Amino acid sequence: MELPADLRYTSEHEWVRLDGDEGTVGITDFAQEQLGDVVYVELPEAGTQLVQGDTFGTVESVKAVSDLFAPVSGEVLERNEALQDAPELVNTSPYGDGWLLKLRVEEPAQVDALLDAASYRSETESA
Amino acid sequence: MTRALLQLALRDRHAARGARFAPFAGWAMPVQYGGILEEHAAVRNGVGVFDVSHLGRVWVRGEGAGAAVRSVSTYDVTQLEPGRAHYSLYCTQDGGIADDVFVYHLEAERWLVVHNAANAAADYARLAAAKQGAVEEVTRATVMLAVQGPEARATLGAVLGAEVCDLELHDCRELSWGGGAVIFARTGYTGEDGGECITDRKRAGPLWDALVEAGAAPVGLGARDTLRLEAALPLHGNDIDTDRHPYEAGLGWAVTLQDTAPFTGREALVRIKERPREQRLGHLRALERGVPRAGYPVYNSAGEAISRLTSGAYSPTLRLGIGMAYLPRALTEPGTRLMVDVRGRSLPMEVVRRPFYKRAEA
Repeated sequence: MELPADLRYTSEHEWVRLDGDEGTVGITDFAQEQLGDVVYVELPEAGTQLVQGDTFGTVESVKAVSDLFAPVSGEVLERNEALQDAPELVNTSPYGDGWLLKLRVEEPAQVDALLDAASYRSETESA
Repeated sequence: MTRALLQLALRDRHAARGARFAPFAGWAMPVQYGGILEEHAAVRNGVGVFDVSHLGRVWVRGEGAGAAVRSVSTYDVTQLEPGRAHYSLYCTQDGGIADDVFVYHLEAERWLVVHNAANAAADYARLAAAKQGAVEEVTRATVMLAVQGPEARATLGAVLGAEVCDLELHDCRELSWGGGAVIFARTGYTGEDGGECITDRKRAGPLWDALVEAGAAPVGLGARDTLRLEAALPLHGNDIDTDRHPYEAGLGWAVTLQDTAPFTGREALVRIKERPREQRLGHLRALERGVPRAGYPVYNSAGEAISRLTSGAYSPTLRLGIGMAYLPRALTEPGTRLMVDVRGRSLPMEVVRRPFYKRAEA
């Protein structure tokens, strides 16, 4: 399982990459592997305000539906429109072209408080 | 439900291919190997092999065996020549569908019936009562492999012998293979060409290996479900059950009433057939992105809840959502637009003719 060290993770299997006050959000390699082939992704429009912990969309595989939970609070700057026609990017590139949202992060400290790669790994291994 | 799951004879071979297992009807079944989309495509474009050994298999032998099977099933299987198979139904006294089954007339007094796994125990009891002392359950003693896809016939010919290539749809034969017997039939549950093989546990591993070596990709239950739904083949427990009768399910062709032979449910079915049909199993195709799934509510154009999807999935071949639901007669015309509630979002769908997918004629 790939877990880049520069990302922060949640127990709901999302990741955040912080660049200034801009955060990129996706689901982890573990999550995409558990879901199987992703066939549909539903995401909020730019301008939507997210509050940490709220559900903000869904990822659907052939067999399962999975809610997405905002890892931090912030305003949606952009959603990954490429996923409309190529949802499989979530499987093939969960930390790259399969990203979900870009957010203007309200409190960067919320990101720091998320799990680091080692903590997330031990959570998934004990699951 | 603390009963241990039944394990497939070929479990180790599935595990070696990367299978993920999940409980299904009391069995630990391979749901997927590499991925459902890839496996689905293998069956539509090439050839796949499924281990369907969870299906109940029962021999009925001896004089009057065919009549005994007929006495509990809706189709007049006594008309089947030796070497022919047919789809049939078990009904309740009220005409509800207790199971859908395949009946194979192997030889003059030798019949094989294949049941859904969830109903296998009740189905065996039904046959055992119909022909006491002549019914043998062989589910655990045998293995059943389905080989499906446009290249299935070539694969089956290479493994089982060229004679299987000449068989017609629903022909069945007992073949010699590997020092034993393989029951082979040109049947399946995917909408593709192909066949199904039943053999004893001893020959199961070599047969699986030979089919995989000849090019068949292992396919799990996940793709089996999307494949059968694209072909609009009903799944018992989802699309048909004891609350539904064959006529509203579009399965009247599997009920023979012209003869006078009594069978379980006959009186009810005679009455039901004469009644106007209030509902019919309809086939829906999504007009926008979204995945309709079993249980989701269906609404008419006035926003009134009229039904629920009995099955629903993303169709890998059509690349859109498809589903089935019992609909009021007036709403079964192709082109009728309905809405499906996908977890709070309205997904427009339209009624289409079945099947969703039909293979090109060879």
